[in-house]
Amino acid sequence: MSQVSIYMMLLIAVLTVSGYVYNRSSALTKFKQARAAAGGKLVMSAWHSQASYHGYFTAWIVALSTFAVFIIGLFIGGSGTGFNALWLGAIIITALAVIIFTGRQVSGKFRARTYVERFIKGLLIGLSVIAVLTTLGIIASLLFESLRFFKEVPFMDFLFGLQWSPQTAMRADQVGQSGSFGAIPVFAGTFLIMLVAMTIAGPIGLMIAIYLTEYASSGVRKWVKPAIEILAGVPTVVYGFFALLTFAPFVRGFAESLGFSVPTQSALAAGVVMGVMIIPFVSSLSSDVINAVPQTLRDGSAALGATKSETMKQVVFTAALPGIIGAFMLAISRAIGETMIVYMAAGKAANLTGNPFEAVTTVTVQIVALLTGDSDFDSPKTLVAFALGLVLFVITLLLNVVALTVVRRYRAKY
Amino acid sequence: MTETTLTSEAALKRLKKRRGKEWRFRLWGRASIAFALAALAWLLFSIVGTGYTAFQQHFMRMDFQLTESVLAPDGTRDPEILRGANYRKIVQTTLYEQFPEVTGRKDKQELFALVSASGATNYLRQLVYKNPDLIGKTVTVTVPASDQIDQLLKGYIKRDTPESRRKVSNQQIVWADILKERGVIKKKFNRILFMNPDSRDPELAGIAGAAVGSLMILVVAFVLAFPIGVGSAIYLDEFAPKNKFTDFIEININNLAAVPSIVFGLLGLAVFLNFMGMPRSLPIVGGMVLALRVFPTITIATRSAMQGVSPSIVDGALSLGASHTQAVFQQKLPLAAPGILTGSIIGMAQALGETAPLLMIGMVAFVTEVPNSITEPATALPVQIFLWSDSAERAWAERTSAAIIVLLVVLITMNGFAIWLRNRLETRR
Repeated sequence: MSQVSIYMMLLIAVLTVSGYVYNRSSALTKFKQARAAAGGKLVMSAWHSQASYHGYFTAWIVALSTFAVFIIGLFIGGSGTGFNALWLGAIIITALAVIIFTGRQVSGKFRARTYVERFIKGLLIGLSVIAVLTTLGIIASLLFESLRFFKEVPFMDFLFGLQWSPQTAMRADQVGQSGSFGAIPVFAGTFLIMLVAMTIAGPIGLMIAIYLTEYASSGVRKWVKPAIEILAGVPTVVYGFFALLTFAPFVRGFAESLGFSVPTQSALAAGVVMGVMIIPFVSSLSSDVINAVPQTLRDGSAALGATKSETMKQVVFTAALPGIIGAFMLAISRAIGETMIVYMAAGKAANLTGNPFEAVTTVTVQIVALLTGDSDFDSPKTLVAFALGLVLFVITLLLNVVALTVVRRYRAKY
Repeated sequence: MTETTLTSEAALKRLKKRRGKEWRFRLWGRASIAFALAALAWLLFSIVGTGYTAFQQHFMRMDFQLTESVLAPDGTRDPEILRGANYRKIVQTTLYEQFPEVTGRKDKQELFALVSASGATNYLRQLVYKNPDLIGKTVTVTVPASDQIDQLLKGYIKRDTPESRRKVSNQQIVWADILKERGVIKKKFNRILFMNPDSRDPELAGIAGAAVGSLMILVVAFVLAFPIGVGSAIYLDEFAPKNKFTDFIEININNLAAVPSIVFGLLGLAVFLNFMGMPRSLPIVGGMVLALRVFPTITIATRSAMQGVSPSIVDGALSLGASHTQAVFQQKLPLAAPGILTGSIIGMAQALGETAPLLMIGMVAFVTEVPNSITEPATALPVQIFLWSDSAERAWAERTSAAIIVLLVVLITMNGFAIWLRNRLETRR
């Protein structure tokens, strides 16, 4: 963006504000005149809109029309002093014309407020539609690039192939050998790391939620809850660095002391660190769910002589189960989509293994590895990243939608 | 007291067992909390422990003689010649003067390795370039020592490891100690870390470029995400008719908040870079991608803040003759503002910590200048951390941890402020 356009935008802002000020004051003047003519008896409510709405009305139109002129200028894309002067002149003239024209409209009958409110509503609808456009944009871009990939590599070979070595396909001299894009090892690695992470985060997050909602005194809760929330606020790249620098060597040393030989990058190291990252996610979602269980159920159970833990395990947990499953699904979706920890700590080599002590790779790692650096956008090597992205998006979408529906239905139940 | 079924031996035994179970359950809860807190403590200690020393660094304060015959042999003050002059020689001469007894070529090379070669020469070059009158005079300036010496004097390169397995020779250790005794080498506050952009040499690398890049990205993201987030929340809560399309928008926003961040990176890559042809690595593109990433967070926070406002306030405004829009914008929104602010701060903190989407739009470039505008290539703080963490040398690990400390301090401040705001409002309501 050039310096000129920044100044132009500032000018548009100034013109908009001055349009507001000018028309508001002209509305006030006309009102005073009308009051004087009526012998001082007229009150403001005899006018349809307050003076400021006349100002807002002008401001909106000035902003819209000058911005349109600005955009037209951008599209014509001229340069030089002459063009800029013309552009500037066009903007100022438009603004002045609009201010004078709308200024004439000001009267008691003019429904400025109605127009302004209609405009605000239109703007709000436009802003909400951006959410839909984002989703559509994601789907369209992933689908479009993936289809280009599936033209070269059959869909079934991608989804069910057992051999993953996309890098080899890059060399031009490998005529006839197209590299292999069987994504099963990548999916298996993602699943393995997710499993390790959920083994840590699931029970621990749930127990924290139970303890904090049912047992802890408010003093303990006041300190422990924010401390655990800090874990959620730590950026994933920091977890990745911790896994790389501290935790992976620790796991390796520990395993070696037991007589195993373990690579520094392992599914276990990445999974455990990711589990720690997800703990606050699980615990805060589950405590919402547990809090939503009506107190009467707890009281009833206690009245029958159950201990607190029996109430928790047999009454509250059962009642909250759908919500807890929803929380776990959201956590799983989080674990699958996590990138930096696995990129830094899990490795890039595709291994089809169920052994958490080995290095595995994940969908997100492969996307980053395939797309960073100079990439040529027509080779299957880069397009496959979008196919992986599509799989990732579809799976997380399903998990999210199902989980959100379950949680909502569960909330409606109580 | 007669024996009933509740006081029989079997019942008492069962009670004891049940109480034991209760106690164990409680213990599990405490253990889980202890685990989470221990993990947090370990994380923080390991990073602070590695990184805090990077806030100080070893510098060498020496008298550099800016000999005219070396820098400008023909007597000109032509900036081009001054720029390309042999400052290395000046630095070498100065350093050799400290140890006149060193003569061998190899020894001299080792001695020169004590100072940060590009750091010292660049510093002198800029000094002379700005003020050519200094030529022929002697200036006393402070230049950074090399990263090896810095690590040695901080005690990270162990003196008792065999010489062949460490990067600093025995001779260099002796020299460094002598210079330290003479007061030439001194440990000072590490200005470089905060003022410099990225560099190939760890002793010269700083986070200034990345911090400015992050700030620009955040500003762009906030300017875009705040109106979108708040606007869509107001629409959904107040104006939207109850129909399928509204439900669809709502599901979309809730889902977008849970879509993996890397997918937004793919969207940015496909739409902004490939389709619209924007260049890689720009803060404005990063800001746009992160705006899409965080606006659902702001929407959700705004909606819950607005739902927390008592409906009687809107009813009151309506009964006094306000229009629906007036009631919402003039009565409801101001009351929900603190909640919206909290959500926005949390959303911005999220954006500040994001790395993966920025990697996708190519913000991994090696940028050695502090960016001046949102349309210049830049990098962001988390990406800088990621890039530095790739280097194995000890000096880089220290610097990476220091950058993380800075990032965490900013994030904890932001989140802490948001939590404080929320608690304050919760108690007041």
